[in-house]
Amino acid sequence: MGTYGSLRRKAVATTAAVGALALVVGCGGSDDSVTGGGKKDGKVTITMGLFGVMGLKETGLLEQYEKENPEVDIKAEIAGDEQTYYPALQTRLAAGKGLKDIQGIEIGRAKEITETQADKFADFAGMAGTDHFLPWKQSQISTADGKVLGLGTDIGPMAVCYRKDYFERAGLPTDREEVGTLWEGDWKKYVEVGRTFKKDFKGDEVAFTDSASGLFNAMVYGYPEQYYDEKGDLIYDRNPAVKEAWGLASDAAEEGLTARLRQFQPGWDPGLANGTFATAVCPAWMLSHISEKAGEANKGKWDVARAPRGANWGGSFLGVIEQSPVKEEAMKLVAWLTAPEQQAHIFQKIGNIPSSEKALENADVKNAESEYFGNAPIGQIFGAAAQEIPDKQVLGRKDGAIKDTFSQGLALVEQGTSRDEAWKTTTERIEKAVG
Amino acid sequence: MATSTTKVLTGEEPPAPPGAPGGGKTARRRSALLHRLDVKGAPLAFVAPFFIVFAAFSFYPLVYTSWISLHDVELATLDVMEWVAFDNYVELWGDSRFWNALQNTVTIGVISTVPQLMMALGLAHLLNYRMRASLFFRVASLVPYATSVAAAALVFTMIFERDFGMINWALGSVGIDPVDWEADKWPAQVAISTIVIWRWTGYNALLYLAAMQAVPAERYEAASIDGASRWKQFTHVTVPGIRSTIVFTIVLSTIGATQLFGEPLIFGQGPNGVTGGADNQYQTLGLLLYEEGWKNYQMGRSATVAWAMFMLLVLAFAAQRLIKRLRSRTS
Repeated sequence: MGTYGSLRRKAVATTAAVGALALVVGCGGSDDSVTGGGKKDGKVTITMGLFGVMGLKETGLLEQYEKENPEVDIKAEIAGDEQTYYPALQTRLAAGKGLKDIQGIEIGRAKEITETQADKFADFAGMAGTDHFLPWKQSQISTADGKVLGLGTDIGPMAVCYRKDYFERAGLPTDREEVGTLWEGDWKKYVEVGRTFKKDFKGDEVAFTDSASGLFNAMVYGYPEQYYDEKGDLIYDRNPAVKEAWGLASDAAEEGLTARLRQFQPGWDPGLANGTFATAVCPAWMLSHISEKAGEANKGKWDVARAPRGANWGGSFLGVIEQSPVKEEAMKLVAWLTAPEQQAHIFQKIGNIPSSEKALENADVKNAESEYFGNAPIGQIFGAAAQEIPDKQVLGRKDGAIKDTFSQGLALVEQGTSRDEAWKTTTERIEKAVG
Repeated sequence: MATSTTKVLTGEEPPAPPGAPGGGKTARRRSALLHRLDVKGAPLAFVAPFFIVFAAFSFYPLVYTSWISLHDVELATLDVMEWVAFDNYVELWGDSRFWNALQNTVTIGVISTVPQLMMALGLAHLLNYRMRASLFFRVASLVPYATSVAAAALVFTMIFERDFGMINWALGSVGIDPVDWEADKWPAQVAISTIVIWRWTGYNALLYLAAMQAVPAERYEAASIDGASRWKQFTHVTVPGIRSTIVFTIVLSTIGATQLFGEPLIFGQGPNGVTGGADNQYQTLGLLLYEEGWKNYQMGRSATVAWAMFMLLVLAFAAQRLIKRLRSRTS
């Protein structure tokens, strides 16, 4: 009995030690597939890594595809925001583990992917039925030697969202056509309208626009070259377009035309709900955010007018991992998800503007109106804005970080730092960020 | 573990001499061997899991981080490492952002730790009185500690919001102009410290309370017989009685303050969180590490900041030992 007991004790100790070792070693174990997808018993499993509201799952497209192709099973994992999604994607690409068959790519990262990870993604060049995109959209995800690493989902043409009731109280026109004419062709006129608004507005303190950085982004994105030139050299500190945008945004900030808010950050949402500003430069995908945060109480007060100049802010791509065991099937799914009909479907459901030229010509897209924004013909407004976007847009590896740093620089101006000092701080920080 | 067992087997137990008489002796020998194995080997087997996990998840990352810090590496291309020796460290030394972050870490550390420990001491003193529902108050003081950083920081961010926050509304109702809590340096640091204080005061108070209950009641009796007031009793009996616990909480708070990260990150929200405000006005060392690694994607520089933080703690520890030794020598 005694021997048995001590034996058992030893056995338990050994099992515990071995178990602990197995736990540690177990972390190194791996699946057969690098992406989690695969084929088994005639069933095809495709995994997807997405972020934000791309509308693929939200509008029921994935379900529809599964219904039409009963052998396919799609598993989508959606990260809340792109800022968390992308570093994780990079780590996984470097490790070659934990990837999905299909990965979403945001426009700000497109250049970095095409420059450093081209061999990890499948090539869409020459795939049948994928020639319906806006010409500049696909060039952004193509490498120098002609490889196409993904297909476009949406784009971000810009307009100006404005409060009709506030414009009326400032003695400005309220009709969207007339408002668009007020600042037609030049962002300087937009700031000029802001000065009039500040002078003539009767009532509580309401700022003309939400933030200086919104204005800055809208101006910069209207030019083919922004922070990098075509050779890939940094030109943010000498590009006249950037300097002009900085100057005008600083004017607006110094003259108190902005509400000193940061877009998508705390303060901005209650600002929308309580109406602390009269206009916001809005890419198409921002409309759903505004209507949600400004709420029912402000329904019909907001409207959408043409922006002074066409510009693009945002948009995404879907890429397929080269090593995926279901590469063919995944590419087929991506082609279907980005086809004109599906893009039109997403637009009608949640308002993301199609990157497909064909979808933009679709009658349902063209005639779409937004009930919340006083039945504004958003299909026409954003469709026209999409046509105005420069045909060539030079992207750079650190576009995202540079944009954020400029936004912070303008926040400094809004807080009272002189614009020269803020410019100096900003360029110093960018040097750190890119070097 | 395997090596140590072999050592026990080979080094201390020579094989039985050939031709040893009787099987009983061998059996006794074997049971002696097993016994020794049980006594000497089993403890090692029991502590092994911790050390294996420690090696895999603490020691290896520590060494690997120092290796990375001597290279130029980007997150996107972790396999491409360029040897730069101590360039990253030299650069960090000359970087104004590092000194700014260090200064912020120290100032936020001081304005969060000092009031926090003082309040904890006072709270523990009050909880130590015999009173009704004392268990309720003790549990209640631990609730903030059980709240996640994210939830606490988010709620405080809303409370400190500029246009529609509760604090500015309260200030406005007594005629004080609204404060831009996020954009101005000292208000931002005070706001972040408030989150830290709120979360950790109760926890420290319970540590103090436990120590206070171990102070013998005779000392209080003796003190009151000598005519010491409540306050005198507190300063002359309670505080010396829990001295080692106070030192312990100071050490813990110092480590916590050096690593301060989650609170300012969430307080700033988005890009401002990563850089600790538009003007880096509340960027701590932890945030600088994060900015270098996950905004600029420079893993080498990020690892350098991590090591700089580690060295700072080592320095603080060494300084504390030195002061202690000097003091014991003079007294």
